[in-house]
Amino acid sequence: MNGQFVLLWSDALIWLIAIAALVLGLVSARQPQLAAAWRRVGRSRPGMAAATVLLAFVVVGLADSLHYRPLLAPAAGSSAPVYAVETLSLLDAIAEPLRSRNEKTYSAPLATRAFAKETSEVRDADGSLRQVRDFPRLRFGGAHLGADEDAREADVGARVGKSLALGLAGWAALLVLVTLWLARSEALTVAESSRRIRCGETFFAWNSVLATLGLIVLVAAPLFALCGDYHVFGTDKVGQDVFYQVLKSVRTALVIGLVTTLTTLPLAIFFGLTAGYFRGWVDDLIQYLYTTLNSIPGVLLIAAAVLMMQVLIDTHPEWFATAAERADIRLLALCFILGMTSWTGLCRVLRGETLKLRELEFVQAAQSFGVADLRIIARHILPNVMHIVVIALVMDFSSLVLAEAVLSYVGIGVDPTMISFGTMINNTRLELAREPVVWWSLAAAFTFMFALVLAANLLADAVRDAFDARLAGSS
Amino acid sequence: MLAYILRRLLYALPILIGVNVITFALFFVVNTPDDMARMQLGVKRVTPEAIAAWKAERGYDKPLFVNTEASGTGLVTDTIFFTQSARMFVGDFGRAEDGRDISREITTRMGPSLAIALPTFVLGLMVTISLALLLAFFRASYLDFWGVVACVALMSISGLFYIIGGQFLISKLWKLVPISGYGGGLDAWKFLLLPVLIGVVSGIGSSTRWYRTIFLEEIGKDYVRTARAKGLAETVILFRHVLRNALIPILTGVVAVIPLLFMGSLLTESFFGVPGLGSYTIDAINAQDFAVVRAMVFIGSALYIVGLLFTDLSYALVDPRIRFDR
Repeated sequence: MNGQFVLLWSDALIWLIAIAALVLGLVSARQPQLAAAWRRVGRSRPGMAAATVLLAFVVVGLADSLHYRPLLAPAAGSSAPVYAVETLSLLDAIAEPLRSRNEKTYSAPLATRAFAKETSEVRDADGSLRQVRDFPRLRFGGAHLGADEDAREADVGARVGKSLALGLAGWAALLVLVTLWLARSEALTVAESSRRIRCGETFFAWNSVLATLGLIVLVAAPLFALCGDYHVFGTDKVGQDVFYQVLKSVRTALVIGLVTTLTTLPLAIFFGLTAGYFRGWVDDLIQYLYTTLNSIPGVLLIAAAVLMMQVLIDTHPEWFATAAERADIRLLALCFILGMTSWTGLCRVLRGETLKLRELEFVQAAQSFGVADLRIIARHILPNVMHIVVIALVMDFSSLVLAEAVLSYVGIGVDPTMISFGTMINNTRLELAREPVVWWSLAAAFTFMFALVLAANLLADAVRDAFDARLAGSS
Repeated sequence: MLAYILRRLLYALPILIGVNVITFALFFVVNTPDDMARMQLGVKRVTPEAIAAWKAERGYDKPLFVNTEASGTGLVTDTIFFTQSARMFVGDFGRAEDGRDISREITTRMGPSLAIALPTFVLGLMVTISLALLLAFFRASYLDFWGVVACVALMSISGLFYIIGGQFLISKLWKLVPISGYGGGLDAWKFLLLPVLIGVVSGIGSSTRWYRTIFLEEIGKDYVRTARAKGLAETVILFRHVLRNALIPILTGVVAVIPLLFMGSLLTESFFGVPGLGSYTIDAINAQDFAVVRAMVFIGSALYIVGLLFTDLSYALVDPRIRFDR
């Protein structure tokens, strides 16, 4: 993987968020209240199962967020290194066969022949040319089988069996490790610790994490075993592997879901807290601001802003060195626009909470001691609304991922060249009208999007239950 | 009451002006009218004369905010901002790129939009309230648990999937109703059935879960315990006491949406080829017709403000303790 490291803006932001999450974790560990809330999340079985799935998605997304420009073979006579214009990511390097093995057009999952018939010329035994109309053999799908296409089922079966055996062996090893570790750290017998994990009596929901990991292994191991020589999810209109597209879509979804909240949070926190704390004309002004923004129908405001951004980008092609850079800036602008239209809800809630908090004794005591307003906000009010911020953060994620697909359909989403769930759906939705039906692209996009959003929703519920003081007190 | 409504409508004025300033800034300041003219005319036909003609035709050849050449009130009125914004308040939205009058187009397209949005809204409300009541009745049972799980799963499915899947299954495989289209008169129900059904189903997940929590909150209140202590049957408690009281937060939360029903649904209308306001908006976005998008933004925010007013009024109607003389 020789090449020149490239830092796209969205990469920087994604890694910034990853680091911020780590810092938040460290800070939480030192604050007893936050630590207790996170421990409640850790005990929630659906929450931890969801977190495991999300972690798998995040690993794929992060691997796709390290970009470089590959080194080209140097031209004869020159010693200076030459780098490609194309920007690749670590994921591309790992999934090189998926990326580069393109067919001509549609092919069904695991197929060895193309989806549509084609006319080709065949030389007969006597040397005469004859035109044959048949499904052409794929260039890469099942190419290792050679002429022996009937061996496909046996080959697939063998690969799935082997990979499952390997995966489950790895999973069992992990199970043993966790059991031993638990037995050691809690000073239990091995039998007792395995019983506790099985019955869910551990402090951390190990049983659901392990079960989910097992499920991920069951799905992922055959996929990885097959994807090298087959198109596991088929290919799309231009012959690109759908499994590769799904992997690439994960990063787009994560960027949309996470970077948008990054733009939302500062605005919502700043305006919400100042409006609630200072009241009077500041409050009136901020309320006017968010009522006005809120009153514009969301899609239309986004559409208007995105249209304008498109014109801006189209009229200034000189700003961007590569197509990847332009698509990246467009993605970030979309996040920014989505953030601009979605901070109002959180801002309203924070304002209401601050109005309540500022009348409490500890704030009044601080005021009578003459503590500066900004210091009161930072030291006494902000920590007490953090739980609302955390809840809003995880709740927004899933709706943003879903919104991306809709916006891409409307034509105001990500750059058409950028692979995302939305563009995948949009490019193939008309193919359902074909006979026979081209279903695999849509099915793959919807399934993975569903898994991502469901996991985010379940985690959001667990986090909300753990952080909401009202609910936490009752259970 | 009348005075209150009037005052609220007066409050709406600065908001509408604010909306106007924002959209104006988005459409005219970020990009000059020259940029827009180049976009619309296409690469081939761009000449300085063509751009000037395009701008003059739409009245975009004036200064943005302040006309230094005019005198008196003309200083602010003879500008793009004033001419483009002021006329919106009296319902004149100008012409679309294809030369049609936008106001006329909007009034004719409102009917189909409502024909889909209104049944979807009413049916959806009835279905989700019934389901939520069912879950609340069987609370803390397996039915309740799996019902909530099903709701979360339904919430996690993309709206596009409901439409694409529904069209594929019902229209293509089973051939029960036409895939898309719209007809007036008695045959209209054939075209309306599928979009309404899909609209209702796609809303079930989130609404049912939300209403269920409202019901559960209501069930935990003291008067319910009193009713139980009196020996009332659980069904009587649920239907006579809990349902009525829980409808207050549900309905007050829902009335804000009613005016926006006029706007139609972007996705449903464009997938089903319904000539409503939603598909009008989508077409305008795709054709980059700024005049239409601006008109729809204005109408949408006006309807949103009406929705806010409805919410406040409905609070007062259901709760006599709220007065208007604040």
